[in-house]
Amino acid sequence: MCGIVGIYLKNKKYNSQLGKFLTGMMNNMATRGPDSAGFAIYSSEKKKKYKYSVCSNTDQVKEISKKLSKQVKDIKVKSISDHLIIETAMKPKKFIEILKNHDELSLVGYGSCIEIFKQVGNPKDVVKNFSLEKFSGSHAIGHTRMATESAITTDGSHPYSTGEDECLVHNGSLSNHNNLRRSLLKKGIEIKSMNDTEVAAGYISNGLSDKKSLKETLLDGLKDLDGFYTFISGTKNGMAIVRDEIACKPAVVAETKDYVAIASEFQAMAHLPNVNSAKIFEPEPGKVYSWGK
Amino acid sequence: MNLNLKKESLRKVNETLQSIDRKSNKKIFKISNPDGNHAICAGLKDEIEVTIDGHTGYYCAGMNMNANIIVNGNVGTGVAENMMSGTVHVKGNASQSAGATAHGGTLIIDGDTSSRCGISMKGIDIIVKGSVGHMSAFMAQSGNLVICGDAGDALGDSIYEANIFIKGKVKSLGADCEEKKMNKKDQNTLRSLLKKASINESEIKNFKMYGSARKLYNFNIDNVSEY
Repeated sequence: MCGIVGIYLKNKKYNSQLGKFLTGMMNNMATRGPDSAGFAIYSSEKKKKYKYSVCSNTDQVKEISKKLSKQVKDIKVKSISDHLIIETAMKPKKFIEILKNHDELSLVGYGSCIEIFKQVGNPKDVVKNFSLEKFSGSHAIGHTRMATESAITTDGSHPYSTGEDECLVHNGSLSNHNNLRRSLLKKGIEIKSMNDTEVAAGYISNGLSDKKSLKETLLDGLKDLDGFYTFISGTKNGMAIVRDEIACKPAVVAETKDYVAIASEFQAMAHLPNVNSAKIFEPEPGKVYSWGK
Repeated sequence: MNLNLKKESLRKVNETLQSIDRKSNKKIFKISNPDGNHAICAGLKDEIEVTIDGHTGYYCAGMNMNANIIVNGNVGTGVAENMMSGTVHVKGNASQSAGATAHGGTLIIDGDTSSRCGISMKGIDIIVKGSVGHMSAFMAQSGNLVICGDAGDALGDSIYEANIFIKGKVKSLGADCEEKKMNKKDQNTLRSLLKKASINESEIKNFKMYGSARKLYNFNIDNVSEY
């Protein structure tokens, strides 16, 4: 089943409440996906700095920081539950190579404004572990997973990020992901898991690196991705939603002058301010809707 | 009687409405703060009136018998699914599979519905004042679907003996669905349905009727070698 949620704030006055809004949305979608949960938060861009979201399998944060600071200058490490947010000016290509030498660390996403967290367990616990309520930012995307296509692991949890400041959450399943994975790997896109959604994320990264817009890429995906899906995709500029042409996976959008919220079910956003006077609609099949700067 | 879903559990509220003392005079109920909860007013069986103030989740008013249910908001998937009798009036939009498999009663939707409205309907009357999504009236067996707006792809796919009346455009017809000529009896049926939904009867002339070409589900002697 899975639950997906997304929120984009048009009015900056709500930025400090982004985490609180998303917490409510994730909690209400826990019934749709009790196996694992994850979320991506976009906050203001730090020029010439990169944030690397890393999942660690050890508690020795201090030692890791020490080891890393020997290899990388001016590094800042923030630890939240089993994740580390590593901030440095070092460019992704170089830094990701360094990370590969640390078996205890696995990269979940990176960019100038994105932070990604994901964990196995009930979404209600996961959001508490990461203190999601305290986060602020401009937009955020979340996922609660009921596993179908691959194992219940952090690797198999959403959101998937296969490019700078990109992320994707998915409700549904894809049937041609093995073939697509092979062709994307040949093109140099890095796909780590056996999960179908990561392939779709790779597909989007590939489209964006070909200088296509997110909207164009998602429209191309309607032809190339076989299966059923509702996707919410995020970039540093905003977010987009698309449903396959059969549209058996649900989605509802609520838009007010202050924000746009997307969720699998309306109950996920019943707690948002003035939602009862929002413009509420279901995205049409095979149509891309996007919001952003 | 007011029932507040912020204060009382959904199960308690539904139980109250499902076990009405028929000797009592309490026949009018109001539900506040539905907040998108599922299965609100499912399985009601008495002649009562319930108004829900807000948006509901899945299967609202499912399996309804006799009750008159009004929703001042939108409804999720499967509103009035498997309804037997009574009336459900949605003032907003409805999600997928509105009135699915319903045997009787009337479902009125003031806004639009998304896909598969009236899927496998078995005798219900559905009146949609807006438009319906793709695959509406899929395998519809009996009853009437009135659409004042447009219909999406594959309207009436594999339809049996239900009637579709539509005022707007049909994006495409499904397998074995064709336009029919409306006779006096059909016109009277449509007239009474429009009246139920407080739509001006003079609109009848703007409607077209669709139904089954009966090629898909009827035995055809020419195809005997296929069996």
